[in-house]
Amino acid sequence: MSNAIELHGVEKTFGITKVIQNIDLKVAKGERHALIGPNGAGKSTTFNLISGYMKPSSGTILLNGQDISGLPPFQINRRGLSRSFQVTNVFAKMTVWENLRCAVLWATGHRYAFWKNVDNLPEVRERTAQILQDISLVARRDVPAGLLTYAEQRALEIGITIAGGADVILLDEPTAGMSHAETERAVEPIRRLTEGRTLLIVEHDMSVVFGLADRISVLVYGEVIASGTPDEIRGNKKVKEAYLGEEAA
Amino acid sequence: MLSFGHAVYYGLGGFLAIHAINIIARNKFAIPLPLVPLIGGMAGLIFAMLLGWVSTKRSGTAFAMISLGLAELVASSALILRTFFGGEAGVSANRTKVLRLFDWSFGPQIQIYYLVAAWTLIAVIAMYALTRTPLGRMCNAVRDNPERVQFVGYDPHVIRYFAFCFAGFFAGIAGALAAINFEIANSAYLGAVQSGTVLFATYIGGVGFFIGPIVGAIFVTLLSLGLSDLTQVWQLYFGLIFIAVVLFAPGGLTGLLMMHWPLIKAGTLGRMIPAYLIAFVPTLAMLVGFILCVEVIVFHMVHAGGDSHIKAFGIPFDAENRGVWGIATVLLIGGFFIARMTWKMIAARWDDALNEARAKGVAA
Repeated sequence: MSNAIELHGVEKTFGITKVIQNIDLKVAKGERHALIGPNGAGKSTTFNLISGYMKPSSGTILLNGQDISGLPPFQINRRGLSRSFQVTNVFAKMTVWENLRCAVLWATGHRYAFWKNVDNLPEVRERTAQILQDISLVARRDVPAGLLTYAEQRALEIGITIAGGADVILLDEPTAGMSHAETERAVEPIRRLTEGRTLLIVEHDMSVVFGLADRISVLVYGEVIASGTPDEIRGNKKVKEAYLGEEAA
Repeated sequence: MLSFGHAVYYGLGGFLAIHAINIIARNKFAIPLPLVPLIGGMAGLIFAMLLGWVSTKRSGTAFAMISLGLAELVASSALILRTFFGGEAGVSANRTKVLRLFDWSFGPQIQIYYLVAAWTLIAVIAMYALTRTPLGRMCNAVRDNPERVQFVGYDPHVIRYFAFCFAGFFAGIAGALAAINFEIANSAYLGAVQSGTVLFATYIGGVGFFIGPIVGAIFVTLLSLGLSDLTQVWQLYFGLIFIAVVLFAPGGLTGLLMMHWPLIKAGTLGRMIPAYLIAFVPTLAMLVGFILCVEVIVFHMVHAGGDSHIKAFGIPFDAENRGVWGIATVLLIGGFFIARMTWKMIAARWDDALNEARAKGVAA
């Protein structure tokens, strides 16, 4: 099986601080892969490196076998990788509909077109309507994103991420800040919407991680200390010591 | 994108239009005057394409500073490159010497008025259409959140560059129309004052709204025409209005009006009107006091020793009269304290009216 994402010896330093040291990570095509680890382990930085938000100091990152290390975010996105953000990052002054439409335009080939009426593009309208339904925000279609409830904004964040139809989806703590009930409601759409795609997810809620992921990698102090199926990770001694502790035992 | 150098594209459009008229007249080309603004627009577009790639790499302050630098560069070269820009005198042309269309000579001012009005209408329609295209929507997205745009496949730099080129095109048309109107183009067209006026109009009108700059341009033009007849220091008042808008109404005049839309929908606007009327009286008193103070000070600074019977805003008064000084001070200070109370009342009423609109689900 070929890999959707591969990291080889990736390092990231800020000044003299080595945040990511020598990460090797493989995410197979079509699998749901969770990245876990204590606060400050470098999970979000890893996401930022893969998605092009930051450039790695050294090492290579492959997306579907192609080297993408150092490319700007929009080029990585065009190659089929889309990410969400831990801190909600939407177009706050635009409506839910417009937010989703922005995420659909490039993928439907309209790019920088200034000779087409945006309201007159059937495939854009259909796809946007589909995503709107998928994230259950139909009733909030014309509300500016900045005025949605927190859980709704998180749903929109995921909607924007998947709207472009990327095969590789990176979700950075999709349930961050949600109540237990909200988290439970959020997991099902994530499972459904990433069906048939590759998913790499950072998550703190262990019930979400062990319920959703096919494979798990554990990141501690900027290094992957273990990678395996949920059962392997649960039984891994190093992981227990470093992170899971009594909680998962 | 806050451009301090938009007059570059306006001015170059103007110069190109003047040169075009001269060339057309000399060679008897079959190009009628109404098409000349298009030449100005193309000039604006081409120079924006040349200069814009660098400045649109950044947004915000960096963009503003680069645009200012480029503007000064072009404005100063206008005085150096005499063959093209005509030095201090500028370049002039006779607009009636080009091909006539339907017997319109474009000599009389009224014909020019229709020409400008027609082009303005075309430009407004074109700009509005532009906001409805994929590029136009992504321009909004870049203004809202340039970071996120990169993660849906777009390069914010390219989007800013496109927006800048279109802005250069429309500025070029405007410059050409001005040049046709005055039959001259000179270095003042390119200068910071010209750029500043456009910025003032845009901010006073309201940056976030399509009609904002239009409202602003009308307001600023009326103000500069009207105020300059009424008082010598009209630019002072103009500047103060600008500061007041930036401080208290960041959405501009259009923003102030649009704020009331949810209240209209909820039917609670009627509640605000008495509050506005009550606040109007002391606020007006404060402003009258302020204007009196300004005019008296101006008299003593600028015309000291002259005839003290001066006129401001059409009202004659004696600037030496201590009674006038007293009234001015009382109106200013007293008006301020009473007006401040009424402003608080407006704010309280506003919250009530808006909360009710929210309860009805028509405001967010």
